[in-house]
Amino acid sequence: MIELADLTKHFGATVAVDGLSFRVRPGVVTGFLGPNGAGKSTAMRMMLDLDLPTSGSVRIDGRHYRELAEPLKYIGALLEAQAMHGGRSAYNNLLCLAQANRIPASRVGEVLDIVGLTAVARKKVKGFSLGMGQRLGIAAALLGDPEILLFDEPVNGLDPEGIHWIRNLMKQLASEGRTIFVSSHLMSEMALTADHLIVIGQGRLLADTSMAAFIQENARSYVRLRSPQRERLRDVLRSEGFTVIETDGGALEVNGAAPERLGELAAGHRIVLHELSVERASLEEAFMRMTAGAVEYHAHGAVEGPHPGPPRPGPPPHPGPPPGPGPRWGAGFTSRAEGE
Amino acid sequence: MTTPYQQQGTPAATYSSPIPVRKAHLGDALASEWTKIRSVRSTMWTLGVMAVLMLGIGILAAVTVSAADADLEGEPVLFLGFFGVLLGSLCVMTLGVLTIASEYGTGMIRTTLTACPSRSRVLTAKAIVYFLLVFTVTFVLTLVVAALQVAILDTGAAPTTEDWVRATFAVSLYVALLGLLSLALGSLIRHSAGAITVMIGLVLLPLVMAMFMYAESLRTVQESLLEYSIPSQLGVLYDNSVAESGPQGWEPVWIMLGVTAVALGGAYAALNSRDV
Repeated sequence: MIELADLTKHFGATVAVDGLSFRVRPGVVTGFLGPNGAGKSTAMRMMLDLDLPTSGSVRIDGRHYRELAEPLKYIGALLEAQAMHGGRSAYNNLLCLAQANRIPASRVGEVLDIVGLTAVARKKVKGFSLGMGQRLGIAAALLGDPEILLFDEPVNGLDPEGIHWIRNLMKQLASEGRTIFVSSHLMSEMALTADHLIVIGQGRLLADTSMAAFIQENARSYVRLRSPQRERLRDVLRSEGFTVIETDGGALEVNGAAPERLGELAAGHRIVLHELSVERASLEEAFMRMTAGAVEYHAHGAVEGPHPGPPRPGPPPHPGPPPGPGPRWGAGFTSRAEGE
Repeated sequence: MTTPYQQQGTPAATYSSPIPVRKAHLGDALASEWTKIRSVRSTMWTLGVMAVLMLGIGILAAVTVSAADADLEGEPVLFLGFFGVLLGSLCVMTLGVLTIASEYGTGMIRTTLTACPSRSRVLTAKAIVYFLLVFTVTFVLTLVVAALQVAILDTGAAPTTEDWVRATFAVSLYVALLGLLSLALGSLIRHSAGAITVMIGLVLLPLVMAMFMYAESLRTVQESLLEYSIPSQLGVLYDNSVAESGPQGWEPVWIMLGVTAVALGGAYAALNSRDV
């Protein structure tokens, strides 16, 4: 259990973390989400006592990090890939950490085996690829067989096989009753691994909710209709009391309607339909809408496509289909949510 | 509705590891730091170059003096070791800075401090391991060089025990303390190249500055710069003559001890109060 109480961090005039309070509970994977620069890494560094809070506190199982004599046995962390000495072998990098915590040297071989680096154990770390560095960082986190694990952006730089591996590893670790806290700026990745979500933006807590509740509240669904008799269809739907949005592409979108009812209605009025489909706004969009006001580094220029940007005046904002046929962000999540 | 977390209920028991928890102490930190210092190539390089410099220059000086049949004019034979030690101290300073600054350069410091959150313990362990290693290596090298020089130059008065102790033990202590000062500076500056440059400046600048102080009004400043510059103080440890002013006898060692203690105190304070 990790408890943050009113945690605040200022860097000069910049407020990186602003009165953050939440708990990370055992037995589940807790996702820590926020746009770049939201203060995720700073908050995680404060959890490990690397950055000193301006005010507030962090407790690990009720104790301050500095009070832990052999912290690796309570909490393992992957902060950044390659936070190791490049001129030292993987084995020696882990050995010096093990020794500092009185962990038997035999455990170094075990964790190298778990992450699949046994073959390069005696190789210098500076020759490692990003993915191998990430695996080494995970080996370091697992060294003390800790009850709590922190992962900061663990899938960064990993290939699909590596991403799959780390997802399953996190789920397995959580199923053993451990506390898993994992940060990411990728909602779609979180949707596949996390059970609980903590969302921050500009250092402030935006949401502390279960994944299921987040889906319920944020993943709005709508029905898309396409017809050669667009005007008639629109009038019929409006006369039945539906809210109809006309998109640029010539389709109609109806919020909160059963597709069966719309189909029957069109048939009843003998309107030809070319498309009748249920669409679900991706979690990525929900996440971006939630954090839109809290994004520190906006790209300038067009805010078309999946980026919703700040609320616009005029017609009610709707997610709309992203341009182009490419896969939608959060598509993986959508299929999972429907499958369950 | 219920969240998945509530559906799962409170997990029956949180995870507990089969690895026994034994309380870690300074000894464990020392073992860890020893692993670190022996597993990087810079240790072998700096100490290897130092051995080559001290042995090479020491023997060369003795052979040259012996071949020229030169009169040492009352200078003790052991003084010939001075030049090798002065150059060797550059290696010691480099290693001292690298011992801690390379952790900042690579990001290893974060990993180190998550494994050992007591920052004072980390710095203490580093300082002890580094000091003992450098002192031992320097002591062995000065002993060997001095013995060779005495064997090559059999002329003149044999050095007294006091001469021997100062030219080996005191010089090694001085060099190791100079290295410890570099380590403290590396911890404060947190940048390898920067800290090494500052240390080299510290050794050379007083002499260079003194060279340009021709004005009569600066005479006393010039003299104290010359007397208290690090090469001069190192020379004092070889010299058994009594000077009129400036440090004498073992005083350079105590001066260096004081300076290093202050710098290390600053390093402890900074490490404990800074973000890493």
